[in-house]
Amino acid sequence: MATATDSEVVDLAVTPLRELNQRLHDAATGGPRSWRIVNPNGAHAIAVGIDAEIDVTIAGHTGYYAAGMNKHATVTIEGNAGVGVGENIMSGRIHVKGNASQACAATGRGGLVVVDGNASSRCGISMKGVEIVVKGDIGHMSGFMAQSGTLVVCGDAGDALGDSIYETHIYVRGSVQGLGADCIEKELKEFHREELGRLLAAAGADATVDEFRRYGSARQLYTFTIDNAGAY
Amino acid sequence: MSDFDPVGPNGTNWHPGLRESYIFDRNTIHEIRRAASQGIYDIRGFGAKRKLPHFDDLLFLGASMSRYPLEGYRERCGTDVVLGTRHSKNQIHLKIPITIAGMSFGALSGPAKEALGRGATMAGTSTTTGDGGMTEEERGHSEILVYQLLPSRYGMNPDDLRRADAIEVVVGQGAKPGGGGMLLGQKISDRVAEMRNLPKGIDQRSACRHPDWTGPDDLEIKIEEIREITDWQKPIYVKIGASRPYYDTQLAVKAGADVIVLDGMQGGTAATQEVFIEHVGLPTLACIRQAVQALQEMGMHREVQLIVSGGIRNGADAAKALALGADAVSIGVAAMIALGDNDPAYAEEYAKIGSAAGFYDDWHEGKDPTGISTQDPELAARFDPEQGGRRLNNYLKTMTLEVQTLARAAGKSHVHNLEPEDLVALTIEAAAMARVPLAGTEWIPGHTAANGW
Repeated sequence: MATATDSEVVDLAVTPLRELNQRLHDAATGGPRSWRIVNPNGAHAIAVGIDAEIDVTIAGHTGYYAAGMNKHATVTIEGNAGVGVGENIMSGRIHVKGNASQACAATGRGGLVVVDGNASSRCGISMKGVEIVVKGDIGHMSGFMAQSGTLVVCGDAGDALGDSIYETHIYVRGSVQGLGADCIEKELKEFHREELGRLLAAAGADATVDEFRRYGSARQLYTFTIDNAGAY
Repeated sequence: MSDFDPVGPNGTNWHPGLRESYIFDRNTIHEIRRAASQGIYDIRGFGAKRKLPHFDDLLFLGASMSRYPLEGYRERCGTDVVLGTRHSKNQIHLKIPITIAGMSFGALSGPAKEALGRGATMAGTSTTTGDGGMTEEERGHSEILVYQLLPSRYGMNPDDLRRADAIEVVVGQGAKPGGGGMLLGQKISDRVAEMRNLPKGIDQRSACRHPDWTGPDDLEIKIEEIREITDWQKPIYVKIGASRPYYDTQLAVKAGADVIVLDGMQGGTAATQEVFIEHVGLPTLACIRQAVQALQEMGMHREVQLIVSGGIRNGADAAKALALGADAVSIGVAAMIALGDNDPAYAEEYAKIGSAAGFYDDWHEGKDPTGISTQDPELAARFDPEQGGRRLNNYLKTMTLEVQTLARAAGKSHVHNLEPEDLVALTIEAAAMARVPLAGTEWIPGHTAANGW
């Protein structure tokens, strides 16, 4: 039997997903503080809805929505993550050591999501406060309707970056294939340098602030006017 | 004596020689002039206002020699509904077959949301959040609260998922199948902006697609995630706008829905382009039988419950929807009117904003004299949520009595025993859509021995 200081190992090859997630939910009221999930085999909805300051390591690839709606927990995925990893994350930290599929951290409201590899399309779509650091590239339509929070891309960004963006800060080190409607390059002010530096350090990214350019909202589509009809 | 009649249409002088165009009627001419002046499409609230085939085109047959009625005040006619019997650990138990549809805080004031909760709770039914997150007013005053998961995900969080009684994944809305929500700047107050995480005063456009799933196979996985987050305790509804109800119903069942909410094109909206409201989707009457057929073919009728909405106004509409196979109906516009929307007592104030009681649909402007569809604190303060709740309760109970009256007349001891055989249609169109005979005939247009219905 594991103690509070040991890592509780759960083998998804033999343990039903429902049982695993129930135990992780029960961690809100006690039990092991460190968990290691083996044989995830790309299952969906692994470690979703945690509300506890626990460490969870998933030893392998995950399917859709890994660590969705996470609160407080630190979740590490030692592999690739499927669609919507960390969707609607509230707080805590999610670290994908491989690549992430589309809609990474979609609608996230807080916390930090780090992707060591690349993230696919719609990274940070509709994000609402989450901080995202992708050490590789991101795909098209990333930051679509991004409301707030920060998206850092150490590689390149695909087409239509930040389409219909609100107040999210986007930093890209590499090239941007194209900007979406109402997204423009903006000045990297001291506040932004501090924010970017903090996130690069938090993510352990091998990059310097001066290499990045900032993108954000031109705020031209915030109200309906016929003069903007071509952009709607 | 002048040929002009001083009390002609719209209060204007009128002459029998002045013939109004059927095609370019005065509303059409006004809209062309408005568009030419303002350069942007008309946005408004309410639902479709055009004439559509509707429940008025159906009649109940009642009892006679071969059908025995129940005594109106003595014999029981049940009205309870149980929702979420398929997968969920917990079920929703309603005392009446009428629920309150999703209407957002933002579109409605806080006191109006509170009144919906109060009225629904008094009547023994549920209310629903909307595209703006869950407020304490409605959670606190709603014994049964359905929490919507919409493409925008405004305010979405796992705590509210867990304190909801059921969860409704909104795929579409009858007023705008294929469109996202709107909330114009006049209604993005500090509180609304904070709840939605948006800058104050902007014209907010919600996404029309969910950000993290596309298509029914993804939806199945999304529903599984929500069930896991909530430990499989909450019934999960899927709301679809009436578009392709046969296929959409089957796909929603396949995706794991416990309950399907089917919203016809007369369904209300807080703010949508007029062209969308009036020109997209199916009339409510046309979609119920298709959805029921889909459920029956999958062996899921009554196992996956069907809630129908879109232009439900009274007990007759509700009873007809139930007879066509729905388990319950849902009301939005009618509930707002019950609260006090379009109240003639505010005639002068409606006139000041260029409208009139009975016609007011500019809910997006936030100037509602009744204090219901506004975020203006002075206007909102006019509305008494306790009185509003009582009015809604009265209305819901009246509707329920009307449903029971019709069901008893058809000899049914429970409103769910109403059936298509109890109905006839007044028009060929309604007969074809509702799949009941044209009155006085045995003709159901489209019916063949091969198609089985």
